[in-house]
Amino acid sequence: MAIEVRIPTILRTYTDGAKAVEGAGATLDELIGDLEARHPGIRARLVDDSGLRRFVNIYLNDEDVRFLGGLGTPVADGDTVTVLPAVAGGSGVPRRFTR
Amino acid sequence: MRFESLIDSVGHTPLVGLPRLSPSADVRLWAKLEDRNPTGSVKDRPALWMIQQAEKDGLLRPGCTILEPTSGNTGISLAMAARLKGYRLICVMPENTSQERRQLLRMWGAEIISSPAAGGSNEAVRVAKELAAQNPEWVMLYQYGNEANARAHYESTGPEILADLPTLTHFVAGLGTTGTLMGVGRYLREHVDGVSIVAAEPRYGELVYGLRNVDEGFIPELYDPGVLTTRFSVTSHDALRRTRDLLDQEGIFAGISTGASLHAALGMAAKAVKAGVRADIVFIVADGGWKYLSTGAYEGTLEEASERLEGQLWA
Repeated sequence: MAIEVRIPTILRTYTDGAKAVEGAGATLDELIGDLEARHPGIRARLVDDSGLRRFVNIYLNDEDVRFLGGLGTPVADGDTVTVLPAVAGGSGVPRRFTR
Repeated sequence: MRFESLIDSVGHTPLVGLPRLSPSADVRLWAKLEDRNPTGSVKDRPALWMIQQAEKDGLLRPGCTILEPTSGNTGISLAMAARLKGYRLICVMPENTSQERRQLLRMWGAEIISSPAAGGSNEAVRVAKELAAQNPEWVMLYQYGNEANARAHYESTGPEILADLPTLTHFVAGLGTTGTLMGVGRYLREHVDGVSIVAAEPRYGELVYGLRNVDEGFIPELYDPGVLTTRFSVTSHDALRRTRDLLDQEGIFAGISTGASLHAALGMAAKAVKAGVRADIVFIVADGGWKYLSTGAYEGTLEEASERLEGQLWA
């Protein structure tokens, strides 16, 4: 088994048009590195120096990785990772709510 | 209950338990029936608060024109209030929204400008901002960035929920303008230790995302991710499935975005059961199912209905 990564239309130029590709890694960061090895250029569209790019949302089994641990979020075989552009409803890095 | 006028009756909605969908006596689900507002959706609250604030600020006077990007419900709420208060309303709405919404808007006297389907609400916002720049005398309330939107929920929805269910542990709502989650979320975090605030974000089909560039996007100005505990992306298929579960098992006829919130609420309920902790999980029924009948969401198999919903904005 591997990790399924669903790719949005706009990024399928990197995956030869494939809607979903498979990857491996222990964290999201490693998974994206693994994708980059086979789909050169895709990493820069997802990540910049500060982490996940502002208008890119990535979900691990439907949960926003920004609330799970960002690029350090652990991933495992059988997981599904979905990449989506931000539509109304937004994005942004969470900071803990303080009273 | 008696009120001086229809507008005065906004809010004060019922909170009902879901005995059949709740997994156990210790982990319970509760639905806040926001479809019981004057125009049938949760948006009556922010619409009223935004109009009242604009009146207070001297921006709105009788005869003024209000402009608003909306996928439907906010427009319908504004249209009702505008009719009663003597304002003209122009709504910018994605062309892939249901016919019922358009009919309701016209019925209350609103004018509709369609924005392209591709891009969904992002496009409506862009078109509305352009129109506002060209027509400086129009008043754009701009629900995505208007603090009165979130404040409506901070001052009304949040206190109502806490008064009805002081033992609540989770609050779940759909993520659009983010006003409900920001307003209720802030209120509950100030009053309930350890409360979880959970967003259910609609995940649309290819048409809506197709042309979205990942280098530019739209994040509502109201959004502060620090208020949220977590955020789920819910597919049209899961949202539809839960909308039908709610109808079949609890008799509640809700719109499709409510199914998305229920899906996230059930996810949190399953986590609580697994962890062996008690939970009272409140989610928002944003509107009834009436406006979505023409989408075919309630007919045929789930697969057929999901297919029909592809490319439509359901939240």
